[in-house]
Amino acid sequence: MEFIRFKNVTKQYKNGVVALYDLNLSIEKGDFCFIIGGSGSGKSTFTKLLYREEKPTKGEIVLGGLKVNKLRNSNVYKLRRKLGIVFQDYRLLPKSNVYENVAFALEVMGESKKDIRPKVLKAIELVGLKSKLRDYPDNLSGGEQQRVAIARAIVNNPKLLICDEPTGNLDPAMSLEIVELLDKINKKVGTTVIMVTHDKEIVNHMKKHVIALKDGHLFKDYKEGEYIDEVL
Amino acid sequence: MKFFRLLGRSVRDAFRSVGRNFSLSLASISCIIVTLLIIALSIVITYNVNNFSNDLKKDLTIVAFVSNDADDTDLEKIKTNIEGISNVHSVSFKDKKDIKAEMMEEDESLKTAMSEWDEESNPLQHTYLIKVDDIEKIGETATAIKNLDYIDVVKYGEGMVEQLVTVFKAVQKVAIVAVVALVLMTMFLIVNTIKLTIFSRKREISIMRLVGASNFAIKLPFVVEGMILGFIGSIIPVFVLIYGYYSMYKYFGGKLFTDLIKLVSPEPFVYIASLIIIGVGILVGMMGSGRAVRKYLKV
Repeated sequence: MEFIRFKNVTKQYKNGVVALYDLNLSIEKGDFCFIIGGSGSGKSTFTKLLYREEKPTKGEIVLGGLKVNKLRNSNVYKLRRKLGIVFQDYRLLPKSNVYENVAFALEVMGESKKDIRPKVLKAIELVGLKSKLRDYPDNLSGGEQQRVAIARAIVNNPKLLICDEPTGNLDPAMSLEIVELLDKINKKVGTTVIMVTHDKEIVNHMKKHVIALKDGHLFKDYKEGEYIDEVL
Repeated sequence: MKFFRLLGRSVRDAFRSVGRNFSLSLASISCIIVTLLIIALSIVITYNVNNFSNDLKKDLTIVAFVSNDADDTDLEKIKTNIEGISNVHSVSFKDKKDIKAEMMEEDESLKTAMSEWDEESNPLQHTYLIKVDDIEKIGETATAIKNLDYIDVVKYGEGMVEQLVTVFKAVQKVAIVAVVALVLMTMFLIVNTIKLTIFSRKREISIMRLVGASNFAIKLPFVVEGMILGFIGSIIPVFVLIYGYYSMYKYFGGKLFTDLIKLVSPEPFVYIASLIIIGVGILVGMMGSGRAVRKYLKV
C-alpha cells in the first residue's frame, strides 16, 4: 500500500538554489527506506519537505492520504504528531534526564502524567535504556543519546519515522546498533522508516529499499536487496 | 483538561523564566511600575475632575432676566421657548417680588430702601433659573436664551467655568500623552525580555515543534510570562494608590483647597481603580509578549 508519494516535486530556495528537480517517487507502508546521495544531492531537503519544514515550489506530496504541500502553517502540528523525527545532533534537552526528555514529547501535547508514564517506559525499554532512566544526556554515549532521541520519536506511536543522518556522529559499531534498532522498530511496531545516510556500509549491510539522489534528481530507485555499492 | 495541563505547565515555565532572566525582567517590571503609577494618577485626576464637573453641573445655573414689558402670556411663552433649547435640563421661574423679599432679608440697608417699592415701582426683574446638561456648552446655551424675546440680560459666571474646564482638560491630555508614551516604552522592554526568553529556549521550542506541539502550546508560556511581569508590576502601584489616596483624602479633609472642589470618597473608588490598574498591567504585559511571540517565534 502506497504511503508516501512525491509527484513532480521541485524545490527552489529563496536564494535561487534548486535542491530538487521534478522528483517522482513512492514509498510503501511499513517500508524501511534509505535515502542516499552525496552532499547537495537534496537528501535533507527531501526530509524537510516530508515533515513540512519546507514547502515544495512545485508538485504534490501525499503522506498517508494527507496532502502535505497544502497544509497550512497553523495545522503543521497535526502532521508532526503522526511523525517521529531523529537528527544527527540528537536534539535533547541537556537539563532533563532520559525519562524527562522522552516524556517532554507527550507533555507539550497536554497529555496527563498518568497516561505519559507507561508510554515513556515502553519506548525507553524498546531502545534498551531502561537502566539509564535518570541519567542526563551529558553522561550518555553518543549512541545512547541517539537512542533517547529515537525513544522520544516513537513514544507517540508515529506512522512514520524520519531519520536524518542519525549515525552521522557515531562510530561504525554504534551506527550499526542504531540502524538495527530502527530495523527492530520497523519490524516489531510496523512503523515506516525513512533514513537519510551517506554511510554506504550500512546501506550495503541492511539490503533495504534504497532511493539514490544526485544533484537534486532521482538517480535510481533500488528495490529491496537490489542495491550494490555504486559510485554516485 | 488538556488546556489546564498546558496552562499549568506554562505558568511553571513562565515563573522559571522570570527568575532566569532576572535583570531584564526587573527592568520590565520597573517600567510597568512607573507606567501604572502614572496611570493611577491619571485615573485619580480624571475621576475627580468628572466628579467635580458633575457637582458643577448640579450647582451651575444660568440666570435670565426678563424685561418688565413682558406680561403673563409672554412669561409662559418665554418658559416654553427656553425649554425648547437643546442643552436645557430644567427651567424654574423666580418672581421679582420673591427676589425683593430675599434681598431685603439679606441686608438691613436694602430693607429700608426697598420697603418703599410697591408692585409698580419695583425696578427688579422677573428671572428664569436654568440648569444645563453639558456645562461645556453653557456659553452657547446662554447666547440662545439671550436671543429670545423679552430677555434683557443672561448671566452664568462666564469665564470662570470655561477656564476651570480648560485647565482640567489640559491636565487630562498631558496625563494621556504620558501614559501612551510609557505604555509603548514598557511594551518595548517586555518585547525584549520575552525575546531573550525565546532565544534561551530555542532548542526546547524547536523540539516542541518537531514533536507536534500546537502553536498555542508553544506560545502560551511566553504570553503567560508577559502577563506575570504585568501582574508583578501592578502590585506596588496598587498599594501606592490605595494608601496614597486614603492619606490624601484624610489630609485634605475630603476637599481640595476650597469647598467647591470635593474629592471622590475612597470607597469603592480606590478598589475599582486598583482592579483597573491590575487589568492594564496584565494587558500591557500580554500585548508586549504577544508581539514578541509573533515577531520572533515564527509559528
